[in-house]
Amino acid sequence: MSASPPTLSGDRSPSHEATPALPRLLAGIPSDGAMGLGEHLALHGPPPLIRGRGRRQDQERAERLIAEIDRAGLLGRGGAAFPTATKMRAVAGSRGRAIVIANAVEAEPASFKDRTLLETLPHLVLDGGLLAAEAVGADELIVCVSESARASAQSLRTALGERATRAHDGAVERSPRVRVETLPDHYVAGQETAVINHLGGGPAKPLFTPPMPFERGLRRRPTLVNNAETLAHIALIARHGAPWFRQLGTPTQPGSALVTLSGPVAYPGVYEVEHGASLASLIEAAGGTTAVLRGALLGGYAGAFIGAERLRGLGLSNEHLAAHGASLGAGVILLLSDSACPVAETARLARWLSDQSARQCGPCLHGLDALATSIEQIAEGRAGARATQRIDRLGSMVVRRGACRHPDGSVNVLLSAMDTFRAEFAEHARHGPCERCASPEELPLPRREIAPDPPPRRPSLLGSRS
Amino acid sequence: MSHRVSVNPITCEAHGMCAEMLPERVTLDEWGYPIVDETPVSGAVLAHAMRAARACPTFALLVERERAPSRR
Repeated sequence: MSASPPTLSGDRSPSHEATPALPRLLAGIPSDGAMGLGEHLALHGPPPLIRGRGRRQDQERAERLIAEIDRAGLLGRGGAAFPTATKMRAVAGSRGRAIVIANAVEAEPASFKDRTLLETLPHLVLDGGLLAAEAVGADELIVCVSESARASAQSLRTALGERATRAHDGAVERSPRVRVETLPDHYVAGQETAVINHLGGGPAKPLFTPPMPFERGLRRRPTLVNNAETLAHIALIARHGAPWFRQLGTPTQPGSALVTLSGPVAYPGVYEVEHGASLASLIEAAGGTTAVLRGALLGGYAGAFIGAERLRGLGLSNEHLAAHGASLGAGVILLLSDSACPVAETARLARWLSDQSARQCGPCLHGLDALATSIEQIAEGRAGARATQRIDRLGSMVVRRGACRHPDGSVNVLLSAMDTFRAEFAEHARHGPCERCASPEELPLPRREIAPDPPPRRPSLLGSRS
Repeated sequence: MSHRVSVNPITCEAHGMCAEMLPERVTLDEWGYPIVDETPVSGAVLAHAMRAARACPTFALLVERERAPSRR
């Protein structure tokens, strides 16, 4: 462990020749349990040092790391694909000591990538989180997982224990404090302001913005919230540099990504793919399909459906998917078989999305419920002639009127289902349920209860706020 | 310098005062929640907007000076 840490100065060429193309994040993934610290350092080498050489040098190195992430073109992997370096610069440039949150809440029912990372490669996420913390001048890193992800929390605590022991021999000397927090299991709990709200003692529900977390987040301090996979990429970019990162992927979406593939394939699970790779190659890697496909849902329950006839030649990058009104989101890919009824599945999804509303904003609370009711009526064949217009109108009435994007994502996925499965919807509207309506349910929609509402707010009419 | 009207959807409880007092910018949806036109306001309309904001029982109606569009 005496090798000196790689630098970001650019005067040393990154060691990309020695690194195989894929897997990157999932390299050396143990078949059972988590990769220990020793193995992790032997495989990746120690992360570059950012802090500890005096203020001026520290500052320079912090800026250099953010610049490298910028050049790498890393986009956030929590779903929004926002440029990570832009977010980091905003946090670093805000007044006050920053806080970094590693968001592995992964509330999307069909996503398992963040869980997989933490259970198997916790040190990669911790490296990235600590590097990000040092880059934005944070003294605190909080890793957030959901309550049901007990194995993730356990793996993290073991990894932190290993680091505490190692810290004595100087192998991993890092200043930010690290702690693990758990969040309740419901769909909007993973939204970044919901995480901040929960950590601050409130419910795990979204907050009204502005202020944005980067200017005033947890405890009113500038807060960087990054998805766990995003941080894992930072851990590798800091070691190998931007040119290495850009060897894979597309110019606008460089690098590799973790995707969770489920549905009728031989080996559903988490895969690492290059952005722009074909869906066909992913399905092949998963052992091929085990049923005829009717379509696929890309980007999870805020994403979009694409019909089977358009899946051939589909590329897994946002540029390719934009033509189909879809995006990769957090990498969730759900294949829908030909034996499921897409209308029944959509109706179940609509009701679930409505139930997952945080019940804070009127348009979301009432709008998603009305939307679900209309879709259920079509599925049961008891909708009026104007049901489709009603759904379109509800959609535009709900979009962009919530504190978070839950209503927007829900409308997007439901309208894409109605468009993709137009023929089946028309059939149900006319004749009611089909034989396939009774088929086993395919979209995983676990019951995840949202905590009961707090007592109603009594508006205070005393005291003026001007 | 222009101002913009918006609503905090979390604090809003659909009292509907804003639509009464600022029909120039606010209409209500079928559940009584405001749909706000975010075209900048000035002059007399700005004065109405300020009055409507003060009258909102939950202070959910916001009148803010235009700022750089936030990342959302």
